[in-house]
Amino acid sequence: MSEAYVRGAILPPLAPPVSERGVVKWMRENLFSGWLNSVLTVLAVLAVYYIASLCLPWLLHGVWNAGSLGECRSIIATNYGPDAGGACWAVIHARWYQFIFGFYPIEAWWRPILDFALLFVALAPVLFSDNPRKAAIMVGVVSVILVLSLMALVPWWALLLTIALMAGLSFLSYTATSKLLWVAAVYPFLSVWLLWGGSVWGPVMAMAGFGVMVLVYRVISPGLGVIMGTALGFVAACIWWLFLGSLAAAAIQSVVPFGLTYVESDRFGGFLLAFVIGVSSISISLPIGVMLALGRQSNMFLIRTLSVSFIEFVRGVPLITMLFTASLLLQYFLPPGNNFDLILRVVILVTLFSAAYNAEVIRGGLAALPKGQYEAADALGLDYWQAQRLIIMPQALKVSIPGVVSTFIGLFKDTTLVSFVGLLDPLRGVTTIVRADLAWKGIYWEPYIFVAAIFFIACFGMSRYSMYLEGKLKTDHR
Amino acid sequence: MKKSVLLGTLAAAALVAGAAGATTLDDVKARGVLNCGSNTGLTGFGAPDADGNYQGFDVDLCKAIAAAVLGDQSKVKFIPTTGETRFTSLASGEVDLLVRNSTWTFSRDTDLKFDFVAVNYYDGQGFMVKKDLGVSSAKELNGATVCIQTGTTTELNLADFFKSNNITYTPVNVADDADAERQFLAGSCDAYTTDASGLASTRATLPKPDDYVILPEIISKEPLGPVVRHGDNQWGDIVRWTYFALVAAEEKGITKANVEEMATSTQDPEVKRLLGVEGDMGKMLGLDNEWAKRAIAANGNYGEIFEANIGMSTPIKLARGLNALWTQGGLQYTPPFR
Amino acid sequence: MAMAIETPKQGFRLGMLIYDTRYRAITIQVIVLLLFLLFVGWLADNTRHNLALKGKDIDFSFLWRRAGYDIGQHLIPYTNDSTNFWAGLVGLINTLVVAVLGCIFSTILGVIFGVLRLSKNWVVARLMTVYIEMFRNVPLLLWIILVYVILGETRPQPKDFKAAADGTQIATMNLWDSVAVTNRGTNLPLPLLDRPLPGGYTSALAIIIVLIGSFWINHILSNRAKATQEATGVRPVMWWKTLAILVLPTLGLLLAMGFHLEYPVFKGFNFQGGINVAHAFTALLIALTLYYASVTAEIVRSGIQAINRGQSEAAYALGLRPGRTMNLIILPQALRVIIPPMISQWLSLTKDTSLGIAVSYLDLRGTLGGITLNQTGRELECMLLMMLIYLIISLIISAVANAYNASVKLKER
Repeated sequence: MSEAYVRGAILPPLAPPVSERGVVKWMRENLFSGWLNSVLTVLAVLAVYYIASLCLPWLLHGVWNAGSLGECRSIIATNYGPDAGGACWAVIHARWYQFIFGFYPIEAWWRPILDFALLFVALAPVLFSDNPRKAAIMVGVVSVILVLSLMALVPWWALLLTIALMAGLSFLSYTATSKLLWVAAVYPFLSVWLLWGGSVWGPVMAMAGFGVMVLVYRVISPGLGVIMGTALGFVAACIWWLFLGSLAAAAIQSVVPFGLTYVESDRFGGFLLAFVIGVSSISISLPIGVMLALGRQSNMFLIRTLSVSFIEFVRGVPLITMLFTASLLLQYFLPPGNNFDLILRVVILVTLFSAAYNAEVIRGGLAALPKGQYEAADALGLDYWQAQRLIIMPQALKVSIPGVVSTFIGLFKDTTLVSFVGLLDPLRGVTTIVRADLAWKGIYWEPYIFVAAIFFIACFGMSRYSMYLEGKLKTDHR
Repeated sequence: MKKSVLLGTLAAAALVAGAAGATTLDDVKARGVLNCGSNTGLTGFGAPDADGNYQGFDVDLCKAIAAAVLGDQSKVKFIPTTGETRFTSLASGEVDLLVRNSTWTFSRDTDLKFDFVAVNYYDGQGFMVKKDLGVSSAKELNGATVCIQTGTTTELNLADFFKSNNITYTPVNVADDADAERQFLAGSCDAYTTDASGLASTRATLPKPDDYVILPEIISKEPLGPVVRHGDNQWGDIVRWTYFALVAAEEKGITKANVEEMATSTQDPEVKRLLGVEGDMGKMLGLDNEWAKRAIAANGNYGEIFEANIGMSTPIKLARGLNALWTQGGLQYTPPFR
Repeated sequence: MAMAIETPKQGFRLGMLIYDTRYRAITIQVIVLLLFLLFVGWLADNTRHNLALKGKDIDFSFLWRRAGYDIGQHLIPYTNDSTNFWAGLVGLINTLVVAVLGCIFSTILGVIFGVLRLSKNWVVARLMTVYIEMFRNVPLLLWIILVYVILGETRPQPKDFKAAADGTQIATMNLWDSVAVTNRGTNLPLPLLDRPLPGGYTSALAIIIVLIGSFWINHILSNRAKATQEATGVRPVMWWKTLAILVLPTLGLLLAMGFHLEYPVFKGFNFQGGINVAHAFTALLIALTLYYASVTAEIVRSGIQAINRGQSEAAYALGLRPGRTMNLIILPQALRVIIPPMISQWLSLTKDTSLGIAVSYLDLRGTLGGITLNQTGRELECMLLMMLIYLIISLIISAVANAYNASVKLKER
């Protein structure tokens, strides 16, 4: 017999008090943990409510199908009363392609789309160098999107060809990711050809210039040494590019004509233009940036001074003055009678601009390397270029990728400034043209919001990637 | 990697450099395309449509010149220019010709080394205000806020006008026509000043045009016309006389529709000379004798171009006014084709 | 790469210029110098040719000719009779005003937002994340245009502030009838002195001297308080002394000189009196501030997160409250990580003031590199001058900031 006052069974635990469980606890801890926190919470909620109450009705009253701004307004007035405001998304519906492609001819849209997809294929081995699975996933996803977006644009046989090509590339990216580096090597020439069109032999012969360089180097370096070999190889390649290449291209073209319709630079606009300027500038500026970064660290006084002055000069002036230089001054500095088009001039100046920024990023990467790496290279008896090529640069560049990505994000956003020199950027250039149409005169918010949304998606994605990379690099080094 | 392309282009540029010093006409013929500096967003005068084809009063003049020089009005490439980059594009040779409502002024003609070869639109700077402001004269605008486009002659005229009338104003600088319209509509400025033609076209497209008035004062002379580089007189002559051919065509009643017929049937010796039936006028310009015929056939005579782009039948609704022929009380007058 | 190699005892050969490390550096530098000079000469020759072709010359005398245009915002006396040089100076001052105010505001806001982003408050932290990502990932140009359009479209017109016949007003002024934000600008009260000291800027100078004096005395007092605290462990109550010393002398001087505010009043078309700040300025400032605050917030966040967790744990163990931990332990250490990227943000902000072009703000680019360039056609001269000025500003900022950075670094152990 047990005593009556002794409890025989353990009581089930009571539920925690209301203030210590569930939503209430979470709110108490996270939202109202002190007076300051409570005030902040209330303020934040009020701010969200205020902004939402301003924007939501306008967004919800949006009209997607209308022929003009006036029509939009009358639809909104009949649906929601005469005083209601509403978005007129019809302008996006009617002119979206201009924001994306500018005036690029519709029958050639597949070219920039394919080019854009191939960019990811070319980047895959660089971005996911040690993870073939991720590289393959990326290439695969890009392929699917590419095929879907090409469906309405190209005939069935071309679509099948694309599917075959992309399937092959996806397979390659999984089995031998580093083989895709060849795609990356060919990509710049392929890209120029796809975007501008014309004879295929021009880009091929430009590529052949590198072959000439290697050939001359191979022939000469055993006899005269590495330095003379490199120098003569470079000179030979220059001669090829300047004189022989174009002749050879013309000759082959006359025998085996093969090419795409030529698209003039002034048809480029919208995000296509932003992409062309951004990607070409960053890719050309990378090697220049490497040279400048090395020059800045060099112990040769003259080279250091030149590099530092160039970098500091470019970083000291606003991009917009560089663009005005491209538009107003570059013609003065180049030989009389030259006829560079504005896009090329802008690309040159933006390249110089981003080269200075990339140089600083790469210098950061070089500085992050422990001194032992340099000493080890010296101890192995490697000369300067061998050490750079085999030991220093592979590591420094890897560390620099996040920085280069953020330079690219900044550059991509800054391509909107080209509208000030008369190019059709998505933000102001195309919008101005759309507004010059009587049907859409007086429209403001909708194009801006559309463009902002695309910029946000692109830049947000890239910055997330760069953060992922930073995280990965951090664990590598600790 | 793309450096090679760059180098290639540099090389091409170096080769082209050897050809520098050739006349603009030779350049255009060699290129096969006329580069024409244009507006990008001035409805009625120069703006691309939804397909990227440029349309407008100034644009049609470029097309006529392309037709005269190259035989095809589609062989013209419109280079978009802004108010700030237009003269440099011309000076640097990027465009052969600038038709972008540019005002003929002394300093542009002399100091900037350009030639204004003709006036295709006589304009003047005016003011537009809201009706309920209760202003009937620009001289009552003391203390007003005035929207004005930067990079134009209008801002200098504005300063001069207010100064000479001893009244003050606050300038609100705007980047382009569309921005000015937005600000003016929102009431960010009391008055909007620009060329009267621009005011009329802006007013015509406002939601309630009758709520706005254009004040009677025209405070400046704005002769707008095609501009070429100083020093290449042959090219200047071609542009000038192509334009005059369009005006003469209107004077003589030659239209796009009847130009072929006129060429065969006319008895008027001047028309015969103009259309290349008689004489060697084209040869004197460095072109062939049918140049004017092609220019007229492209988009019609001056009056037709005017009516099609900015005339009363368009939403812009500009009256001919000063731009009527001299025979009808206007200023458009062509020297004789003789 | 100086290595102790027994140099072979043979005469100088040409090949040694390339293969001997003693000479190679010199050879390379000489070649580079030659190439560089050739390149510069090529550019200069092209420029000379091109100028000759266009019948132009390089001539800076246009700077001393009449500008002929008006500038809405000028902090130094300016009329359209002033010279182009003076117009450029007005523009430079406008650039600097936006840059300085933008740097100050964006830094303050950025620090607050960066700290708030790490807040434990879920709503606040999320809101800050959304704000930061939204601003960072959309071009600055778009924000400038958007803020400008918002200010112009949502604010009432000046005439709405006028009382109608029946006494009703559509819009009212803010802050006790002293500030009016219309759709064309912000009207602020203008500080005026009834009895200013004789001479141009003497009154302002007097105020500055008094302020410096007050701060100096305050500095001495706080040093003394610190000494007392270290000696006795008790910190004397300071706040009312500080307040009195900082405020009273200046206040007294202002009262003696008859300080008052001139309020903007609606008259004619517009508000008259007071200071009228155009929306071009306001929009540029707000957009730059918000954009760079979001960048600064990220810098601050990563700076704070770079501090070892042990530091804050140690502070909590000592019994410091979270606020004081942040102020006394975390921020001072994070500052060293934060300052270098912050300097480059200030630099970028200064350069990005040139985006005022989108709202036609007449800064250095708008006057010297805009209207003057356009009206005189001197693009080479104007552009070179403008780039030079921007370069000088940037170099000054980075020099000052680097000096400060060095002084912070010295304290590292």
